[in-house]
Amino acid sequence: MKGTNLGEFEEIVLLTIAALINDAYSVAVCDELEKSTGRAVKLGVVHAVLNRLEEKGFVKSKLGEATSTRGGKRKRYYTVTSGGKAALIKAKEVRDQLWNRIPDFILKGAS
Amino acid sequence: MHPPRWAERFLEWYCRPALLEDLQGDLHEYFERNLKTKGLWRARLIYIMDVFKFFRSYTVRKPEFINLLIHWIMIGSYIKTSGRSIVRNKLFSGINIIGLAISMCVGLLMIAFVSDLFSYDDFHENGERIYRVNTTDQRTDQRPFSLATSSVKAGRKIQETISGIEKVTLLRRGFGGDAKVGEATIPISGIWADEAFFSVFSFPLLQGDMKTALKEPYSIVLTEKSAKKIFGAGNALGQSVKFDTANYIVTGVMKDIPKLSHMRFDVLASFVNAEMNNISEDGGFMDWTNIYSNYTYIVLSEGSNPEHIQASLNKLSVKENIPLDNRKIELKLQPLHEIALQSKNANPIGPSINKIAIWIMAGLALIVILSACFNYTNLSIARSLRRSREVGIRKVMGAKKTHVIGQFVAEAIIISLLALVLSLAMFLLLRTQFLSLSPHFQDLLSLDLSPRLIFWFLLMAIGVGIVAGILPALFFARLNTIKVLKDASSLQVFRHVTMRKAMIVIQYTFSLIFITATIIGYKQYRSFLTFDLGFTTDNIVNIKINGVNGDLFVKDLKELPEVEDVSRSLLVTSLGNIYGTQLKYEKLKDSANVWVNMVDENYLPLHQHTFLAGRNFNPKTKEADETEVIVNEQILHRFNMAGRDPAKAIGEEVTIDGKKLTIVGVVKDFHYGTLEDEIQPLVLRHSGIDTYGYINAKIKTSDWPATFTAMEKAWKKIDPFHPLEARFYSEQIEEAYQQFSVMVKLIGFLSFLAVCIAFMGLLGMVVFTTETRLKEISIRKVLGASERRLIYLLSKGFIVLLAIAALIALPATYILFDKVVLVNFAYHQPIHFTELVTGLLVTLVLATVMIGSQTLKVARSNPAEVLKNE
Repeated sequence: MKGTNLGEFEEIVLLTIAALINDAYSVAVCDELEKSTGRAVKLGVVHAVLNRLEEKGFVKSKLGEATSTRGGKRKRYYTVTSGGKAALIKAKEVRDQLWNRIPDFILKGAS
Repeated sequence: MHPPRWAERFLEWYCRPALLEDLQGDLHEYFERNLKTKGLWRARLIYIMDVFKFFRSYTVRKPEFINLLIHWIMIGSYIKTSGRSIVRNKLFSGINIIGLAISMCVGLLMIAFVSDLFSYDDFHENGERIYRVNTTDQRTDQRPFSLATSSVKAGRKIQETISGIEKVTLLRRGFGGDAKVGEATIPISGIWADEAFFSVFSFPLLQGDMKTALKEPYSIVLTEKSAKKIFGAGNALGQSVKFDTANYIVTGVMKDIPKLSHMRFDVLASFVNAEMNNISEDGGFMDWTNIYSNYTYIVLSEGSNPEHIQASLNKLSVKENIPLDNRKIELKLQPLHEIALQSKNANPIGPSINKIAIWIMAGLALIVILSACFNYTNLSIARSLRRSREVGIRKVMGAKKTHVIGQFVAEAIIISLLALVLSLAMFLLLRTQFLSLSPHFQDLLSLDLSPRLIFWFLLMAIGVGIVAGILPALFFARLNTIKVLKDASSLQVFRHVTMRKAMIVIQYTFSLIFITATIIGYKQYRSFLTFDLGFTTDNIVNIKINGVNGDLFVKDLKELPEVEDVSRSLLVTSLGNIYGTQLKYEKLKDSANVWVNMVDENYLPLHQHTFLAGRNFNPKTKEADETEVIVNEQILHRFNMAGRDPAKAIGEEVTIDGKKLTIVGVVKDFHYGTLEDEIQPLVLRHSGIDTYGYINAKIKTSDWPATFTAMEKAWKKIDPFHPLEARFYSEQIEEAYQQFSVMVKLIGFLSFLAVCIAFMGLLGMVVFTTETRLKEISIRKVLGASERRLIYLLSKGFIVLLAIAALIALPATYILFDKVVLVNFAYHQPIHFTELVTGLLVTLVLATVMIGSQTLKVARSNPAEVLKNE
């Protein structure tokens, strides 16, 4: 396994995969990301990130069933591995800790 | 509604198998979406872009190590089978090797040519940072005029005011003449250069100090060669040499200038002398407009940006241009390495060639090479029947597609390397021929072999091998193993017939274009030489006068019995030399630039110019005031003089150089410039020319060498040091159009090669087709077909191909010449039908004879023999 650090975009993609449960394949991840962040997301970027996440062992993938759409090509579905889950939880913990250290009044003016 | 097939294939080709399927699916899904929202075209375009965008390090297939290893192990086998196959088919291999060799020798010439030109001035250490300051002179209503020279003032200002420049050196052309040492006189020529010269350019000094050699006035630096010429084996350093009336001291001897230098000289003199001479003579030396004699070279400081320097130069020009009327002089930086590749600048310091000419020639060479590649491709695929079993077995034994491709490409490369050996020999033979095509080439090129050149040659041979071999290789790689092994004849050899036919058509189209271009070009060239210039050039010898008393020589010439008549002129017309002046026509308050020739009263009768009105000049002594002028018709048109009636124009007054001159005659328009230019307004002045210009002698002799010797003897009395420069007018005209004769020769040579190669290809195809159809022919014969019918049947296909090629080539050539080439010539002959058809007829007849003879051989064969062997 290469460096197991989780980048910000990687974290969002990983979360999206987790949120999509059994339906997480590249195009669906792309669409979901677009919906949730409100920004255009390029397939090329997501594809590269998915590939990297798999290399790092945070997700695993398997090919689905062939359908008549997509030119008869199968989809590759991604699921979060236990390593991925651990990384997500760790990331959340780091954030929560930081959040907890910020007194309420500092952020009050923003919302 | 598919994404583009080729893009899909490309993706399949490069993408790792593990990633391929879902990626393909993803792209397809997006394609379908875009199809609905953006339409077919946009969707396809996006698909293609995506395919290219996904070409990344993690998606690309890595070459498998084992495959490479197998290639390495198998290379011996490839060489062995290739060797066998070459030996087995001597005719086809011969056609391939010789064809490739012929075409490649053109490629070698081309590479050597281009490599020479691009290695010009490579020996200067600061080469990357050296720039020359060129000048563009723009007068209102006229085209801008580019010069390699610039004013001294510009050079000095750059030295003083512009930052970011490490060194500046000023050079001035025109030093030299007769070097006198004791009794000996040796003419040499060179330039003036200031003391920074040797620190800007890397010309090593053999003797002397590079820092001070050109510092003091009256010091000169000789090249090794000229030092030998003047002093023989003796020591040159510190010796004194006399030019004109001044004594110069040799302060240095430098190594000879390498051949590939844009700058050529025999001697350098210190710039201080140029300054001293000129400041005392006329005050214009430091003028901003004195842009005709000086060169400025600069070395930028490390890391300095040429664009910034250019901006400073522009600012400088704007400031200096303020006092000028109707004229703008601008300074332009030119990198050292581009100087030899740009011929548009006037006053060049050495030889140069136009970049476009190089690319055109490279393009033509490429066409010839591709033509030979076509032959290889064509013949290999046609003969695939023979080798399909071999490929089948290889595949059964476990060869993959890439291995088969490797094998056949390797074979093509082996053949092209063999061809390279042959073509290298041809190259060495042809090299001198090529250089002797034109003195310009001899001056410009060396074409010497160097390791770098050999490297390029090898690279070209390998490239040719790959291009020629890739199509057959792909063809073999796709063969279906089982089919091939079961029944080789089921192989669809004729499936690629359209492609092969197209290749033959392309080959012949280019061959025909080449031939026809040669014929038309030659005709046009001949017509230039025999063009009616408006005066006669028959039996006229022009003798250049270089600073000696011309009148003395005229007297001597007249005494020779072979000399019928003698006249004087400033320049010889119709050769491209021009001289202009301003003419004022007070009556209409009009003035314009006109061309000038200065002549004496014998000139017009001797050249048989036609007078439309008026008379010739009255004889006058040299000292008498100039009062008369003769003009051509264009002057009347340009100034709308006397209602454009020649008879009425006699007696009109014009002003030239502040002199009031009366028109005494109007001559019919004649060609003052070359045939590329329109006839322009021109005046003939009656002016005493003495120590410069030309003597035109009308000669009547049957023994030219004897006459020349007699003239030389007379010349020696007047100028013992310089050889007599006497040339027939017709020869000079030939020389003026020499570039066209070089062009015609080059294209003629290329067309000969292209035709040879095309014929060899055709021969191969004909032999192959007739051989494979031998059985069919025999059966037809048994059933009663006549020989004539059989020949018709066999050759029909080829003749049709040639006809198609002709239909493309002839109009293309016609349009090329009519719309592109000949428009550059104001006066040219129309293209005749015969010129267009001659090439076609020759090709067609030769091709028919060849096809006919081959098919006849087959048609004559005994059907019983052929069928019995089954």
